[in-house]
Amino acid sequence: MASLKPSGRIRHLFEVNPKAVLQLGLWGALSIALMTVDHRYHAIDSVRDVLATAVYPLHVLMRLPTDTRNWLTEKWSSRSRLLEENARLREKQLLLNVQLQKLTALEAENRRLRSLLESAVNTPERVLMAELLTVDFNPYRHHILLNRGRQHGLYVGQPVLDQHGVIGQIIRADPLTSTAILITDPNHALPIQVNRTGVRTLALGSGNLHELELPHIPHNDDVKVGDVLVTSGMGGRFPRGYPVGTVTSVKFDPGSPFARIIAKPMAQLDRIREVMLLDNDPPIIAPDASDAVAAWTP
Amino acid sequence: MTATQPNGRWVIAFSLLIAFLLSGVALPGVLDRFRPDWVAMVLIYWCMALPHRIGIGVGWGVGLLLDIGRGGLLGQHALALAVVAYLTLQVYRRIRLAPIWQQTFSILVLLAIERILIFWISGVIGYPPQDWWYLAPAVGGMALWPLLFVVLRDVRRYFQVS
Repeated sequence: MASLKPSGRIRHLFEVNPKAVLQLGLWGALSIALMTVDHRYHAIDSVRDVLATAVYPLHVLMRLPTDTRNWLTEKWSSRSRLLEENARLREKQLLLNVQLQKLTALEAENRRLRSLLESAVNTPERVLMAELLTVDFNPYRHHILLNRGRQHGLYVGQPVLDQHGVIGQIIRADPLTSTAILITDPNHALPIQVNRTGVRTLALGSGNLHELELPHIPHNDDVKVGDVLVTSGMGGRFPRGYPVGTVTSVKFDPGSPFARIIAKPMAQLDRIREVMLLDNDPPIIAPDASDAVAAWTP
Repeated sequence: MTATQPNGRWVIAFSLLIAFLLSGVALPGVLDRFRPDWVAMVLIYWCMALPHRIGIGVGWGVGLLLDIGRGGLLGQHALALAVVAYLTLQVYRRIRLAPIWQQTFSILVLLAIERILIFWISGVIGYPPQDWWYLAPAVGGMALWPLLFVVLRDVRRYFQVS
């Protein structure tokens, strides 16, 4: 007859290892300390630099399949297809060149008019290319990791664009990689202007890659669906005049003093592969814009 | 049983490396929302198979690598994976006895705890989850557990990792 006393084996099944509890406590405390220091004090940025450089080969490895595929497609695409593509690109270049001629003339004219008005002249910016390494694990935080870092001349606050419009800005520059925050991140605000009317406001990230919120526009301001939003240059981070998005919905809620306006980013934020980084180290407009306002009021 | 020399260290490291790389590979369409936490799953497997070797410290280290690799908050995944390793070490004796399809439920709970921890920390630093999709990877991990388990078990047997 087996006794009802639990055998050693069953006790074993539900055993708690006291050493593991202690270990968890230690590691847990260490991670909480690490998170606090990382989040609040940025005191371990140098440690992060070293670690980020150490992990860099993994990123290269992660990109290997894509890179190999691209290389193979290039290598094995047929001669006729290359010729065809070449002809197409040549044609496109011709077209762009014609447009560029017009643009040069316009730019010159613009500069002359601006100098007549004695306003700041838009200096041409230097552009740097970078490729996307990974996106953040957290689907609610829109951060991306780029394959260029401080060594390539990137700096915190640098504007990031794609061929359609503004993507975001650099928030951390490690030696070989850097992190950029997208304009749709819930913690990002971008000073913008409605291109048609010149209304200035902020575009806030919504946490959704296809939506920007414009919460500070009063009911009586002139904003319509389809209006193009461009950067206003306020704040000094982004040069003015780069396309940001188009207004997709304007709703008036009689109970609230502001209209509810949603815009769609021009940049294709969900399919970023290559990005452009503008190099305009001295801010276009001084961060303190109050002087300008004071000078303007009669 | 006479072998006291720990072997197969490279097999374990390599499997974690593959998981690390897989976690960066996007899945097509809506499936991507269910992209499992490969690293957490491989860690759970090794914690179950070799509880005397793989544990909280390894989980923490791997998590820290994830944090660095993703440019996130340092210590976020480290804490989550350390907790997952701890929980696995507490329950592995019970999970190991169950058939694979029953194991998947335990895996779901473990992975869900990991996700909740990660997003709890995200919420603290100002990025609260906005819907329930953040738990989807735990479901994806549950669905893929049998495959991962069989593959890793065969790998472990082939290389006689013990």
